[in-house]
Amino acid sequence: MKKYKVVHYINQFFASIGGEEMADIPPEIRPGIVGPGLALQNGLGEGYEVVATIICGDNFFGSNMKEATETILAMIAPYEPDLFVAGPAFNAGRYGVACGAVSKEIGERLEIPAITGMYSENPGVDMFRKDLHIIQTANSAADMRKAMPKICKLAKKMLSGEEILSPEEEGYFERGIRVNYFNEERGSARAIDLLVEKMAGRPYETEYPMPEFDRVPPNPPVEDISKVKIAIVTSGGIVPQGNPDRIESSSATKYGVYSIADMKTMSKDDFMTVHGGYDRQFVLENPNLVIPLDVLREMEDEGVIGELADYFVTTTGTGTAVGSAKRFGQEFTKKLLEDQIGAVILTST
Amino acid sequence: MKLELGKINIKDVQFGPETKVEQGVLYVNEEEVIRIAKLDDRILDAKVELARPGESVRIAPVKDVIEPRVKVSRGDGAIFPGMLNKVKQVGSGRTHALVGATVITCGRIVGFQEGLIDMSGPAAKYVPFSQTNNVCVVIEPVEGLTTHDYEAAGRMVGLRVAAYIGEAGRDATPDEIKVYETKPIVEQIQQYPDLPKVGYIHMLQSQGLLHDTYYYGVDAKQMVPTFMYPTEIMDGAIVSGNCVAPCDKVTTFHHFNNPVIADLYERHGVDINFIGVILTNENVFLADKERSSDMVAKLCQFLCLDGVIITEEGYGNPDTDLMMNCKKVSQAGVKVVLITDEFPGKDGKSQSLADAVDEADALVSCGNGNEIIHFPPMERLIGTLDFIESMIGGYEGSLKEDGSIDAELQIVIASTIANGYNKLAAKGY
Repeated sequence: MKKYKVVHYINQFFASIGGEEMADIPPEIRPGIVGPGLALQNGLGEGYEVVATIICGDNFFGSNMKEATETILAMIAPYEPDLFVAGPAFNAGRYGVACGAVSKEIGERLEIPAITGMYSENPGVDMFRKDLHIIQTANSAADMRKAMPKICKLAKKMLSGEEILSPEEEGYFERGIRVNYFNEERGSARAIDLLVEKMAGRPYETEYPMPEFDRVPPNPPVEDISKVKIAIVTSGGIVPQGNPDRIESSSATKYGVYSIADMKTMSKDDFMTVHGGYDRQFVLENPNLVIPLDVLREMEDEGVIGELADYFVTTTGTGTAVGSAKRFGQEFTKKLLEDQIGAVILTST
Repeated sequence: MKLELGKINIKDVQFGPETKVEQGVLYVNEEEVIRIAKLDDRILDAKVELARPGESVRIAPVKDVIEPRVKVSRGDGAIFPGMLNKVKQVGSGRTHALVGATVITCGRIVGFQEGLIDMSGPAAKYVPFSQTNNVCVVIEPVEGLTTHDYEAAGRMVGLRVAAYIGEAGRDATPDEIKVYETKPIVEQIQQYPDLPKVGYIHMLQSQGLLHDTYYYGVDAKQMVPTFMYPTEIMDGAIVSGNCVAPCDKVTTFHHFNNPVIADLYERHGVDINFIGVILTNENVFLADKERSSDMVAKLCQFLCLDGVIITEEGYGNPDTDLMMNCKKVSQAGVKVVLITDEFPGKDGKSQSLADAVDEADALVSCGNGNEIIHFPPMERLIGTLDFIESMIGGYEGSLKEDGSIDAELQIVIASTIANGYNKLAAKGY
């Protein structure tokens, strides 16, 4: 029977090399199990083999994160692991951060399940809970006996593709991933229950704590707009006729960059909108309502603005996840900077 | 104001020479429905198809869903006042409803915001209309009709056909009669002086053309917040004219059967005193948002409310109205619970809402609309799948050759409706 191959990551302390004084050792790999690897092997049981253990000093990893990760990746690649387990780190802060970082990187790069465990106050929890399943442990290694079986149970599910249940049921830190389920009561009845508790001054629990948003301070004003090259970026869903890149009408996963070189105006023969969140009719008739090319060309001719970029950047704003929007911005901003764009007009709808 | 709602349970729908209800079966005269649909000269042609629970049927793109109702008592107005019938106060007397039957308008798309209904299979559980007997009117507009005229024509066809079929319930004996009553404010407070006074803030979609709602025929974006007796809505005082994201759509069926109003009446006299409904809108201009939320808070204070439930229709822009209402009403000293749905992206990791305030500390979730759902092929299609990939929730590659679909849950009509009608919810994993 094929055995799943597992690679385990631990620090200098758990490898019995030493404490703080040995925290600077670079990564090394040893075949088979070391230290808590025994508990890992026992917890996984037959059908799984801990084929190698990576040992790395916490300080070394912390100060050489990129280099250490690359070294570790190269070390474990020959073993072709099916699963990566780090720690658990309990309340050791630097160890926790290392377990989180290395698990995230290896999980993503090798496309295998990666899992770790930590105490709730370990700084690694907040840094990596969105990226990883982190099993909640007590604050010291005395909890190893209880923590490792939980890690093993969830790791096996991740390998087999079996459904992973809620954070409470599996014992991992909530990752902030919103998952659907059917409640026993409909929403309106639950709302009244919540209201009755709130009005009575009794404790109540929201089903969705308010999210935090990145608030970006605006840049200082452009000093002399007549000397600056301007680009138009829009979330109004303007695309060339036929929507060649198939940008979605809602919940966009893509953006497009389209030419307006030698155009005086946005012609309805050339452009349309695919935005699903507003009444498109007027914009279909006149795309300048969202990409004000007609006016900007006049301002360009009159010298009010320095120059207009010969393209615009576009996506659909409605229902588009902040995560997607952030990625778009990070990507196309590089192009804007390369093209010496000094200011951007963002049109929303 | 007191309304008797007679519920006539419909277990099946069939075509027949006469539109009538007999032993729980709704018979529909097909030719008559087509004739009524074509009364509007913007409609070139119409077809009628029936869809029952459990059948291998997919309906798309769906515009509206309406429960057939009829006003039985004389002198109490008629269904859909100001839209189909003359403007007259409704909400009193007796009304009959064909419960378990609907009229569904569908056909060529007006906007991207129309959705799907599967009558069976794994996606059926997300939509209440997989459990109802549906008379589907597939409409075809005349050549060259503008989208605004097409939307209006489709809306009126739905109301006309629903009112026509509702007439079949006029003389039927209801299986159940529910009585709902809300008294004038002072009497209502005195009825249960020891129970907390609760109101419902009902935010109507009013972002603009193709995103509209009507109250006694008034376009909701042109009204200021007002008080409504809860029973008015049961007689069709509110009509959906919008094409908001399909999952969020408060269909005319859902206005008739508003779950917050129904459940507040259930608890009325038990642990709360249900005072009434404040209607407000979700306009796109900031000045409108400020004015409306100011007035909502003022009405809450004037009605001496202790607590309110607020619901919204749509996502993104209306989240701002939801949060402004929450903040201002809380600051007026009234406890607030919000009901909404979530859009955290396909990976479920982004913010579920577009706006947030600290006061929003009690919220009920109606589910994550971005989850990808598989829709296996169905034997029969009512309408067309031509627009699937450009509809909200669809994307490149959504529609497969065998007729199966992978798309975000938000493509299913009313699947995450933000008024708490469904049991679907989302939690943190």
